[in-house]
Amino acid sequence: MKTPDVVLCEPKPMGLLDRLYLVEIAKGLSVTLRHFLGNLLRRKYTVTVEWPEVKREYSDRLRGRHVLLTREDGSPRCVACYMCETACPADCIHIEADEDPEAPVEWEKRPKVFTIDLLRCVFCGFCVDACPKEAIIMTREHEMAFVTRNEAILGLPELLQKGPIERIDLGYRPYYGPIAPPIRLPIPVRAKPPASAGAGDR
Amino acid sequence: MSVRDPRADAIRRVFPPVRGVQEVPGAEIPTYRVDKTVLPQFARFLKEEPQLDCKLLLDVCGVDWLGRREPRFEVVYHLYSLNLGHRFRLKVPVREDDALVPSVYSVWKAADWFEREVFDLFGIRFEGHPNLKRILCHPSFQGHALRKDYDPGQRWLLREGEQDEPAWAQERGEDEDHAESQVLNLGPSHPATHGTLRAILRLQGEVITEADTEIGYLHRCFEKMSESHTWNQVIPYTDRLNYCSAMINGVGYALAVEKLLGVEAPPRAQVIRLILSELSRVMDHIVDIGANLNDLGAMTPFLYIYQAREEIYSVLEACCGARLTMSYVRVGGLAIDAPEGFADSVRWLLKRIPPLVEDMEKLITSNRIFRQRTEGIGKLSAEEAIDWGWTGPCLRACGVSYDVRKAHPYLGYESYDFKVPISHAGDTYARYLVRVEEIRQSLRIVEQALARLEPGPVIVDDHRVALPTKEKVYTEMESLIWHFKLIMEGMNVPAGETYGFTEGANGELGYYVVSDGGGKPYRLKVRPPCFAIFQAYPHMLRGHMISDAVAILGSLNIIAGELDR
Repeated sequence: MKTPDVVLCEPKPMGLLDRLYLVEIAKGLSVTLRHFLGNLLRRKYTVTVEWPEVKREYSDRLRGRHVLLTREDGSPRCVACYMCETACPADCIHIEADEDPEAPVEWEKRPKVFTIDLLRCVFCGFCVDACPKEAIIMTREHEMAFVTRNEAILGLPELLQKGPIERIDLGYRPYYGPIAPPIRLPIPVRAKPPASAGAGDR
Repeated sequence: MSVRDPRADAIRRVFPPVRGVQEVPGAEIPTYRVDKTVLPQFARFLKEEPQLDCKLLLDVCGVDWLGRREPRFEVVYHLYSLNLGHRFRLKVPVREDDALVPSVYSVWKAADWFEREVFDLFGIRFEGHPNLKRILCHPSFQGHALRKDYDPGQRWLLREGEQDEPAWAQERGEDEDHAESQVLNLGPSHPATHGTLRAILRLQGEVITEADTEIGYLHRCFEKMSESHTWNQVIPYTDRLNYCSAMINGVGYALAVEKLLGVEAPPRAQVIRLILSELSRVMDHIVDIGANLNDLGAMTPFLYIYQAREEIYSVLEACCGARLTMSYVRVGGLAIDAPEGFADSVRWLLKRIPPLVEDMEKLITSNRIFRQRTEGIGKLSAEEAIDWGWTGPCLRACGVSYDVRKAHPYLGYESYDFKVPISHAGDTYARYLVRVEEIRQSLRIVEQALARLEPGPVIVDDHRVALPTKEKVYTEMESLIWHFKLIMEGMNVPAGETYGFTEGANGELGYYVVSDGGGKPYRLKVRPPCFAIFQAYPHMLRGHMISDAVAILGSLNIIAGELDR
């Protein structure tokens, strides 16, 4: 094997100053003091936020709770094709199909049952990638807590979009054209959550 | 491999086919089918013959060919020569009614846990193994989980009193002076174990006289699950292997499958993969150093460098959509392009991280307390480390300059200017120094990679591998059909096997992939670097104090997700 470029990091022998200890203490204290003052005056070195009063903002690709989009007439866009159920690596989606009596030629099925078990879900976004109808997308809602296990199994009523799409805190979804606002660093935070945290709020 | 290969000649001279060593033609790395009766001699020959020099046993794994091949099982060994840079694969066929293979523990100590794993998951016994018992599953587990006829729906309960205790832990320890020794359980959920690892220690005062470890608390049988998922569906699971540097696992997996498929990700995808992998490596080292220092009582540097990690995470989240469970890599490229401003934000990170690392170094590197607590602690010589199958920063801290990125470059690493940090002390302090330098080198690579970030596609334009774009799916019939086929059946990976290896944050991360031509992996074996490193841990503890046990544990970087899979 060729000898690769190496950089030696051998321990340096401890000098008198290192052993004296006092110099090291002073050096260390200067670092901590600089951090302390930097944080006190300008919050220069902190990345913590005072949650839940202040929240950090995430990118608009964040994979949070799912939402099922609806057509203009309010019926679900989902045509019960089972693609998301198949693509799900965690087997958390369950669909039962039903014939749609008023359907036009474009589709003939609709979901009778559509449940997502959020306790099984790994939030990988494969269901969004799999959907051929842009029916299932993800929101940025990620603070989810449940009292019982059954509460974590969302059915059609909880999943379906409520209100206009502009009011949903859109997360991971199929993209068109130029993508996403640029990444902002240091991490932006906001003092209050947005007016509406999206569809399906309880 | 050509017929004139001197290595093959050397093997044929000493082990002709009549002695039970048969070369398998047409394999990507030299592969030999070895009769189990000659396995120990052949293994020793491979290790000691200077022309072959396979000092490093990377992996031992089983494959179950139920109903497809006779004999049913195969034990596969992966060997590597650090000096000559070549690999060998040995396959030992095993009959079901005679599932007994001689152990190679006497040749490579690295076989210790790997053979136990094969025994646990396949029920193949290893003759001459010093401690052959289950390792990932608990003692009350019935059956062998990775056999193809094992029903994964079964549940086995471990009752109290059925736990595995080493024999020495059950005896009363009393020496001739009637001084009693104590047995102490460190873990599985101890703050210093940073995961779930149980160490059982016998203490004489504060000195450890006997030690054993138990793993498997985070075992979720990644390998069994991947056999029932399509090739792409495995990717979210790879994120949970080494969760401190999730990106690297996905990249390693995708590269292994791409090798089998014969596709290559587009240049932009490769550069993004490389940048995010190196940032993940920085993060992993930050976690490891930070946690190690924290265990030793130095809380401040931990908090300082964690700021860097937090900001790397927000860049990752902006690309992947999740901070830790990324599932960003796809076979053939990436899920979506990096967002606008990606390069600028990475540049911002490159300015942000070095001062924080410097601050940490100012506090720690020449700190007398830290040095006294780590120098000479957990010392291992290079020979021992190689014998145990170590790779990665821990091996480099012993003075061996093996880095997959240099020795077998992938993702274009050969065209980047970086150095491999090594140290010769082999102790906890040396591992710290090597990791700090690796952070610097990784940032150098990222800086160079940024200059090569050109616009372009991020996934191969091949409808057999990658999903068509959504615009096409919504509008074109043919794309919809391909979309449907890929989702419902998965991509068809040609039948064959490959061993893909990348440099994980802890060492060589190997994926041994076997495909039967279908839409799902037939067998997927992960070679977790942590696993080889941690089998040496109980042996390193003897003679150390209990506080040193914590220091060593932190410096070896325990990642239970990868250890237990």
